[in-house]
Amino acid sequence: MKPTSMFTSVLAVLVLLIVSNSVYIIKETERGVKLQFGEVVESDLKPGLHFKIPFVNTVRKFDARVQTLDTRPQSFLTLEKKRLVVDSYVKWIISDVEKYYTATSGDSFRAADLLSTRIETSLRNQFGTRTLTEVVSGEREEVMDTVVESLSELSENELGLSVIDVRVKRIDLPSEVSNSVYQRMRTERERLARELRSRGQELAEGIRADADRQSTVILANAYRESEVTRGEGDAEAARIYADAFNKDSEFYSFYRSLFAYKEAFKNGSDVLLLKPDSEFFRYLQNASPTATN
Amino acid sequence: MAWNEPGGRKDNQDPWNSGGNNGRRGGSGGPEQGPPDLDEALQKLQDRLNSIFGGKRSGGSGGSNGGDVKGPGAGFFGIIALVVVVAWAGFGFYTVDQQERGVVLRLGKYHETVQPGLQWNPPLLDEVTKVNVTRVRTHDHGSLMLTRDENIVNVEMTVQYVISDPRAFILNVRDPETSLSHASESSLRHTVGSTNLDGILTEGREILATQVEARLQSYMDSYGTGLALSRVNIKNATAPQQVQDAFDDVIKAREDEQRVKNEAETYANGIVPEARGTAQRVIEEANAYREEVVARASGEADRFTSLLEAYQMAPGVTRERLYIDMMQEVLGKTPKVMVDVDGGNNMMYLPLDQLMKRQADTIANNPRSVRLDDTSMRELTQQVINRIGSSSNSTLREGR
Repeated sequence: MKPTSMFTSVLAVLVLLIVSNSVYIIKETERGVKLQFGEVVESDLKPGLHFKIPFVNTVRKFDARVQTLDTRPQSFLTLEKKRLVVDSYVKWIISDVEKYYTATSGDSFRAADLLSTRIETSLRNQFGTRTLTEVVSGEREEVMDTVVESLSELSENELGLSVIDVRVKRIDLPSEVSNSVYQRMRTERERLARELRSRGQELAEGIRADADRQSTVILANAYRESEVTRGEGDAEAARIYADAFNKDSEFYSFYRSLFAYKEAFKNGSDVLLLKPDSEFFRYLQNASPTATN
Repeated sequence: MAWNEPGGRKDNQDPWNSGGNNGRRGGSGGPEQGPPDLDEALQKLQDRLNSIFGGKRSGGSGGSNGGDVKGPGAGFFGIIALVVVVAWAGFGFYTVDQQERGVVLRLGKYHETVQPGLQWNPPLLDEVTKVNVTRVRTHDHGSLMLTRDENIVNVEMTVQYVISDPRAFILNVRDPETSLSHASESSLRHTVGSTNLDGILTEGREILATQVEARLQSYMDSYGTGLALSRVNIKNATAPQQVQDAFDDVIKAREDEQRVKNEAETYANGIVPEARGTAQRVIEEANAYREEVVARASGEADRFTSLLEAYQMAPGVTRERLYIDMMQEVLGKTPKVMVDVDGGNNMMYLPLDQLMKRQADTIANNPRSVRLDDTSMRELTQQVINRIGSSSNSTLREGR
């Protein structure tokens, strides 16, 4: 190349460098500050094309999206001195770019560090005034709201951050406490199981007893009815006998007695001692028709 | 448009850089650009462009050969400029798929969201990010957590979501999907923490899913993630491993309760009808008894009445006959001893007790034979005879 073309090339590069250094783009996801020898001359640069004086102005860009700070799990004590392991996260966004730059020199790690310390303190205070149950269920929302409220003013004024949300991801009991919780759960289940089984027995016994009662009553009623029936039978029979036997009661006595004698000696196991001079044996001693005793 | 890509792009990237870039551009443009006349023109251009720019700039720096090539140089420059513009414009075309939306940033600033189809945006000024908005993404989460009654439960959840607002998805939040993961854990634990263990384990799963979905969606909206939940599913809600057996035992106990109850009902269903059956029998037996005694009574009464009629015709004889019949029957069956005590003194000792005892023994030894057999009868008789024989003046007769 000829020296002139070399010179023009160098010149062109130089011009290009100057132009490219004086134009910059702030993206939709960013915010920036323009510095002039380290001093902020223009804060909160909006997205779009911007110009600056090369080598005089510098531009710092920051992520303007909602960012997440995932804190380390921390141990907190509740009001009743129960220890809890709490893992939370914070959603924050840059609200004041200049303040943010001043407070953190644009270092998001530093911002997170500052923020997490404050959140930890705030959460610790909130947990310390509440019982475990309140923290876990009832007042979780209030705890979070209070933390957000207490943080947002501070962080907005000092860090140029706006805390959108603080959420507890995990609230867990320490492992040694978990074990006693398992023990309790176990005993509760055992109690329930026992109760169910006993209730089953109770019901079963009730059903059996009721059945027994029913059967006893049924049998007793049947007995009563049968006795009534038998009585009716006896009465009827007695009436029939009386009707018949009243026709000649003397003969009935005789006739019935004969029956009774027959029945009485029926089994042949008795020994009779007899005098031979009884009416029955009169012919045994004397064949004459007029024999008397 | 492919033929001018490499040359066009380089040119285009840095419009201010063309002077310094000439040498490289010629080298790369030569082999790739097919048309020979254009190739030739470019070869010439390499030399002349230098002169043009040199000439232009030489106004300030004192170049010598500027005027010489000015006429033809302008023509070539025009062609190059055209090529560059066409190439630049060509790069602006792109397609957006049916499932996608394109988010366009113009000079860093949000410009528009483009729909599926062939689209054009000026390259370098615009930046297009394409986002799939119909694909359903899933996030799984499961762990042990505390319930309201301070129990520990194992819950597994699946969150299905789509990108509903591509603009918000790309621009609002750094890493929206991690945000979703955090928020889903938080909302699940919050909801579980507000529910009792039994509610979670039994019927509460659907309700739980609904509550988590509402809560999570509100978080997503407040962060502006541009994500929309399509479904939250509680896959699994069980007791922790350590106490699973105790929970299983409760289920068993519930079954046992039912079983014992069923057994009792079986028993009840057995004995009550049985009792009714027995009752029926007792009543029927009583009815039978009544019928029987009445029938017997009628029979006996009728017999007596008939006999009475006959008796009344000949009372003495009938009476005598009946008496003798009876005596015959009684005496015919019964062992007997006749003792004539009136004839002499009545000092007779008859060991009735022993007689009876002996007889009872015999009966006891042979319970079936109530009657005395011949041998024992003879023994008995002999005993009696001996006794009577030893006493004086007694008459003894043996019957049977």
